[in-house]
Amino acid sequence: MDMTQTRPGIHARFNLGFKDFSLNVDLEMPGRGVTALFGHSGSGKTTLLRCIAGLERAPAGYLSVDGEVWQDAATFVPTHRRPLGYVFQEASLFPHLSVRRNLEYGLKRVAPAARKVSLDHAVDLLGIGPLLDRLPERLSGGEKQRVAIARALAISPRILLMDEPLAALDLARKQEILPYLERLHDELEIPILYVSHAPDEVARLADYIVAMEHGRVAAQGPLGETLARLDLPIRLGEDAGVVLEGEIAELDQAWHLARVASAGGSLWVRDNGLPVGQHVRVRILARDISLALEPHGDSSILNVLPARVEQLADDTHPALALVKLNAAGAPLVARITRRSAARLELRPGQTVWAQIKAVALVG
Amino acid sequence: MFLSEGDLGAIVLTLELAGIVTAILLVLGTPIAWWLARTKSWLKGPLGAVVALPLVLPPSVLGFYLLLAMGPHGPVGHFTQWLGIGTLPFTFWGLVVASVFYSLPFMVQPVQNAFETIGDRPLEVAATLRASPIDTFFTVVLPLALPGFLTASILTFAHTVGEFGVVLMIGGNIPDETRVVSVQIYDHVEALAYGHAHRLSAVMLAFSFLVLLTLYAWRPNPKKH
Repeated sequence: MDMTQTRPGIHARFNLGFKDFSLNVDLEMPGRGVTALFGHSGSGKTTLLRCIAGLERAPAGYLSVDGEVWQDAATFVPTHRRPLGYVFQEASLFPHLSVRRNLEYGLKRVAPAARKVSLDHAVDLLGIGPLLDRLPERLSGGEKQRVAIARALAISPRILLMDEPLAALDLARKQEILPYLERLHDELEIPILYVSHAPDEVARLADYIVAMEHGRVAAQGPLGETLARLDLPIRLGEDAGVVLEGEIAELDQAWHLARVASAGGSLWVRDNGLPVGQHVRVRILARDISLALEPHGDSSILNVLPARVEQLADDTHPALALVKLNAAGAPLVARITRRSAARLELRPGQTVWAQIKAVALVG
Repeated sequence: MFLSEGDLGAIVLTLELAGIVTAILLVLGTPIAWWLARTKSWLKGPLGAVVALPLVLPPSVLGFYLLLAMGPHGPVGHFTQWLGIGTLPFTFWGLVVASVFYSLPFMVQPVQNAFETIGDRPLEVAATLRASPIDTFFTVVLPLALPGFLTASILTFAHTVGEFGVVLMIGGNIPDETRVVSVQIYDHVEALAYGHAHRLSAVMLAFSFLVLLTLYAWRPNPKKH
């Protein structure tokens, strides 16, 4: 291996065997944006994150972050010397310290010259100003997790590792925290590795996805194209679908609708009060797209896009098929019955109309 | 006067002994407890058993072996004579050494329990917040284990105050040197001085009850964390 080369991004190679599980990965990940490590529980995503943090020691592993080697045959930088931030699934605040002193714990141990995120900024970003003098036992689950995220940010990490930070929370608490995570994504330059098994979190936050299965990388790539892959071995089931980037182009006050100009064409969504020009993501599930050979003006469906069939594949159930479409360059995936596919005589290259029953604004 | 001068001397000597032994065991027992709480080595079982031995061993057995080891022909005795400080049996410091062994489990076990209750997570969190292992020990582990240290110190102190068999084997019965309260009471009974024995025993009884009362009344609420 070439020790002197400096590779941007994160390069990780780990082989780690346990009794009933082994991790075998050799990965390059971008050093910017949010990278989702996605997979079912037991797929090895948390173990991979712990290896990157140095909390787990994989013998003969290799890890470099932006060209700096954290682990190779001769080196193992201990966790406390790695410039990273880590958010655990449970907030794990120090129970004997107030919120403020929890935040200061890491900050005090960072050289002043390396402090790029101010404590005030971290407190503001997570909205925890009013909690500073409380003890952790007096916080709700969502508040604790926001403090834990701020505590990890306050040490100005070069990379932020998050291990299912929302998994221990109920739906309402998740909804409380997600906007803060989006702000991290939009306002900070810090790359984030985000472990999750929830497709909706991934659709909302990730730019890049690494799908894990049985301790191996099953697929990886930019979010949009990877979700549209029909051979994605991680069967998303009901959650299969794509995410498109776009911006609010027009508001229809009379019908309370907003038009999103996306790569695939115009999509009308409910007006959530977002201003024109706002950058948004929309998520379209495969089960919400049906296909027609003619545009039907007489249906209730608002969003109908012309598209070309690119690929057909079997779905998990023998009655169903997945159809990958190209709508003006944007990938879409439709789930239809195989009988319908046969009746319409669908084949690659054919032009169809994608009737989209539901479009979700995800951020 | 409620207590005789001899009785007071014995009480002062006993408190001195218990205080010194507790202080020594805080320093010696903490690393042992830490190792026992964290290790995955097969030696954990054997070493844990050795630490617990004084709980079940008759004090005379422990005292006998210590007497041999510290005597003029034992390995410890050779060493102390080479140092030029003579032999330890029948001295105050001999009593200290013996008591350290005898009270070891009372310090190690509660502290080990406290360390085990903390678990791995706070240590991992501290590491991700740039704290070195030693830093983590003093800023996270010690504060979280404080109730365990309190319990262990009180138990060690009280147990040292209450020992008798080991003292008799190692220390004998030298006024102001090795004659602690329990031995003093024994002497009173031997001399049929039941009045003196009564008063000193009452002091010990009250002391022991107060110590245990403190321990049980202050016991930290386990639901808190």
